[in-house]
Amino acid sequence: MLINTKKNHQLSEQQVTDESVYYGRRELLKKLGYLGAGSLLAQSASTNAGALDFFSSKEEVLFQRQALKFTPAGESSQILTPEAKISSHNNFYEFGTGKSDPVENAQGFKVNPWQLSISGAVDKPYTLGYDDLFKRFPLEERIYRLRCVEAWSMVIPWVGFGLAALIKKAAPNSRAKYVAFETLYDPEQMPEQNSRLGGGVEYPYVEGLRIDEAMNPLTFMSVGLYGKTLPAQNGAPIRLVVPWKYGFKSIKSIVGIKLVEDKPPTTWNRLADSEYGFYANVNPAVDHPRWSQASERRITTGGLFARNRIATLPFNGYGEEVAHLYKNMDLRKNY
Amino acid sequence: MQTSATSLSKGSFKALFLRYRVMLLKITIHLLAFLPLFTLYFLAFTEQLGADPVEEVIHFTGIGAFNLLLISLLITPVAKKYRQGYLVQTRRLLGLYSFTYAVFHLLNFLAFEVQFDLNLFFDEIIDRPYITVGMVALIILFSLALTSITALRRKMGKNWQKLHNGVYLAVLLIALHFFWSVKSDIVEPMIYFTMAIFLLILRKDKIKRWFK
Repeated sequence: MLINTKKNHQLSEQQVTDESVYYGRRELLKKLGYLGAGSLLAQSASTNAGALDFFSSKEEVLFQRQALKFTPAGESSQILTPEAKISSHNNFYEFGTGKSDPVENAQGFKVNPWQLSISGAVDKPYTLGYDDLFKRFPLEERIYRLRCVEAWSMVIPWVGFGLAALIKKAAPNSRAKYVAFETLYDPEQMPEQNSRLGGGVEYPYVEGLRIDEAMNPLTFMSVGLYGKTLPAQNGAPIRLVVPWKYGFKSIKSIVGIKLVEDKPPTTWNRLADSEYGFYANVNPAVDHPRWSQASERRITTGGLFARNRIATLPFNGYGEEVAHLYKNMDLRKNY
Repeated sequence: MQTSATSLSKGSFKALFLRYRVMLLKITIHLLAFLPLFTLYFLAFTEQLGADPVEEVIHFTGIGAFNLLLISLLITPVAKKYRQGYLVQTRRLLGLYSFTYAVFHLLNFLAFEVQFDLNLFFDEIIDRPYITVGMVALIILFSLALTSITALRRKMGKNWQKLHNGVYLAVLLIALHFFWSVKSDIVEPMIYFTMAIFLLILRKDKIKRWFK
């Protein structure tokens, strides 16, 4: 009963939750005491830390983002996920395995200068510098659903350009059957790459697409979201977005794109072949061995009481555009 | 009677402490266990738990239940080693709080994760081994919580201890539940698994006797 009476009240509150509250979540949890029973100790410790903050330079400068010029997308029929949530709930293991670790640890990430090389089975390999990322190709906005393999999803207004344009410019030759992507490897900036345990992941993070997947008009290189350059924790300065595949395919902070002849290794597949395939197309009919993929929680404006569990669609609802790519394939085997 | 008389002669403060130490301990346990739970839901209800409060409340109550159970299992060895028998009187409270956290853990999953889709709820419990073992552990904890009532304990006689040895199975199942539930970062589950094994090793003589 209590739950229902609270619900409406909460729905009106959540729209105005301040960004700083999201960014300060880790602090709140520390005060709460992550170890449950040890909470009061943790609380007093954190109060002390607060007093000492005056001396330490706790006032970190947030990662700087610039406004972008782009062709806006039309009105979205779907409710967008608020920017504060998109930029505070991230899987970017290089900066920590917790969802709020990246926003905490990536604020000092240096993205300028940057070098993205396009190489391999191409006639005209080339390299893009930081400014090129925003100038070489006309930017447009695309509102895509992002479905995480963990069964939650968001709706995100990306800014960027089609991957096809970037590949065509390099004039791929006939040996280009796959595209291999690589994230920056810089343990000094990405602390988890240095840790021997590293969240269990082998670095640098690598991903791959078949060439026809890469050339599909939906496949997108994002350099921004919500009209500004990407937050560090979302994969600045440039990341891939493949909206019909689980989120882990959409590799972040890319430094290398290589056209190759053989199917390239991909990070999560290497880690657990039975759980994460090369294709990783969103597919409600094929469960993750440890949880159902039939439905998902859509993270938008609602909070704890949001009734946001919705059915997951084949290819994340982009079947019309991409189903033909897999016409003669058994998607149960090629998950 | 005699002890309290000698203590009084040493100083009334110490006497008071000795008389009320169990009560003080229990009050401390109540505060340390209840306040985090209260704060967690306060933050969740007021939209202060980040972009996905669902994951947050599930993880917090799960790890909280495990922590409390491990602490409850640490009591007996500590009480024996340091001859502080009175500590044993806090075991039940710690166990009950562990069970409470575990119930909230399950309720979070039911209400906020699967959002009362009962088909999905039962399918997941049956189909996913890590949820199955978690559920078995919760059922064990439930049976222990239920029989923690003094009157029932008396009634059960020797069977009570037999049933309550089930906590050793529960702690292993919970460690497994945690281990299987993570995607890749197995460090934390490994630490917990080690702690669980350590607490069982402290009872190796007792456990050996069962297999004779």
